[in-house]
Amino acid sequence: MDAIVSEELRKRYRTVQALDGVSFAVRDGEVFGLLGPNGAGKSTTVRVLTTLTRADSGRAFVAGQDVAAHPARVRRAIGYVAQDSGVDWEATGRENLLLQGRIHGMSGASLRARVEELLDLVGLKEAADRVARGYSGGMKRRLDIAIGLVHKPKVLFLDEPTTGLDPEARAAMWVEVERLARAESLTILLTTHYLEEADRLAERVAIVSKGKVVVEGTPEQLKRDLRGESVSVELAEQNGRAADAERIVASIGSEVKVDGQLLRARVPNGAQAIPVILGALDDAGIAVASVTTARPSLDDVYLHYTGRDFASEDEAGR
Amino acid sequence: MIVQTLRHTGWMIVRQARNLMREPIWIAMMVIQPLIWLLLYGQLFSRVPQLRGSASTYIEFLTPGIVCMNAFFGGMWSGMAMISDLDRHVIDRFLASPASRVAIVLSQVVRAGITAVLQALLLLAIGYALGVRVHGGAAGWLLVVAASALLAMVFAGFSHGIALLMRREASMIATANFVGLPLMFLSTILLTQERMPGWIRSVSRFNPVNWGVEAARNAVVVGGEWWTSGQFLLFLLAAAAVTTGFATWSFRAYQRSI
Repeated sequence: MDAIVSEELRKRYRTVQALDGVSFAVRDGEVFGLLGPNGAGKSTTVRVLTTLTRADSGRAFVAGQDVAAHPARVRRAIGYVAQDSGVDWEATGRENLLLQGRIHGMSGASLRARVEELLDLVGLKEAADRVARGYSGGMKRRLDIAIGLVHKPKVLFLDEPTTGLDPEARAAMWVEVERLARAESLTILLTTHYLEEADRLAERVAIVSKGKVVVEGTPEQLKRDLRGESVSVELAEQNGRAADAERIVASIGSEVKVDGQLLRARVPNGAQAIPVILGALDDAGIAVASVTTARPSLDDVYLHYTGRDFASEDEAGR
Repeated sequence: MIVQTLRHTGWMIVRQARNLMREPIWIAMMVIQPLIWLLLYGQLFSRVPQLRGSASTYIEFLTPGIVCMNAFFGGMWSGMAMISDLDRHVIDRFLASPASRVAIVLSQVVRAGITAVLQALLLLAIGYALGVRVHGGAAGWLLVVAASALLAMVFAGFSHGIALLMRREASMIATANFVGLPLMFLSTILLTQERMPGWIRSVSRFNPVNWGVEAARNAVVVGGEWWTSGQFLLFLLAAAAVTTGFATWSFRAYQRSI
């Protein structure tokens, strides 16, 4: 079953068409990334799915419930970590968690045990009884995530979980999210405008541009769909066998280019192609100094599907 | 449904009260400010016997007035807490959870009422030390406390309605000042009705601040006129329902704007 289904969501804010027919589906138990520059419609999509705002048209289901028809049921099933921290600054970490648990109908020893468990999970045990005002950005973010998890939701929404964090805290957060996805057996919808974040965390991604999903798939698929990877073979000796090598490589890959001792070719899958290429060259008695593969990045994917460079569009969206 | 709303309201009040208790300056202001008003105004006008009507001393006349003034200013400024919650995205966090929508607003209004009750008791105690006796006895004390609670809630509802529409501190401060001070001077907080110009006397009849002041003063100075006071309390209750309704409506407008 799909944990999240979004069908043709549209939403207009005055002059801005924030969503222009957003459709995608998230499978039960997967980490799904909505990837796109600022202003692409990621956060609006999340606000519709978390019942914070209503779409003008289209339908959406979260944990099997229609978000427009049964918002209260959806709210009970989801955890939401907004782009902007929702931590109550004047309350301690523990108080923040206890209140959220009570709102979700938890109480007594089971609530206290859950709060302890989460404080441990996100590494805030030491700071639990300090007022959150004094927390670092990374600590507030971790508390946000714990708040979103108190009631053991089926689906967790993480809207730009690492925006505003320094690189060190970001790397720590990635480890954290990976661990949570495993420990809590959650479906996670993650939005991000960091390509490497989607690549690292999401099992599948949808690229959002101008209020639409332009492509959906695993990061691997999307990159592979760009006609594979490039393989570079450096020959060991300059003995006039480059032409033979070129013929051999051309039988395996495509778009072969020769530059002195260096051969470049495009192959659908580098990991499969390399042993074949090396075997064929070896059979022909051609020695190889090194082989490297360069894979298309999500950057290339983004460029391919939107016709725009990710970094420049992200700047424009700010 | 109602049980859940009340329960959520209770937790939200606990949250706000606890957060306020962590602000030592807020506690100091809550205690010191009404005290300063009482002593300063008490001194300032003590030589003008015409102001106090049938009260035996000006401080006796003034104490119920200051209790109400304090309650209504407290309510008027209480929307600042909502703006801070909006800025910190705490409200959005609650909205994505099963938190009762009514409780989010109602808790703020009730919290303002509770604060006003505590301040009223404090002021009456200080007044007692300064020789002010509540002629209405225990019922009088109760009536003063009820008037201040209702008055705070009337203006807390208004304040939160404004806060949720404007969502900016600067606009909130401007509105509170723009509305607050005229309402204070269009009331009998500082002087008796007989000493007011006729038009102010007429206008003051429709001023909720004045309803509270008149009821509280009946309890302290007169020790009677219960029926009149009861009517004023009913007016205040109705006004509190209206302004809380306004705040709830503003909250819906905010939700639609997200």
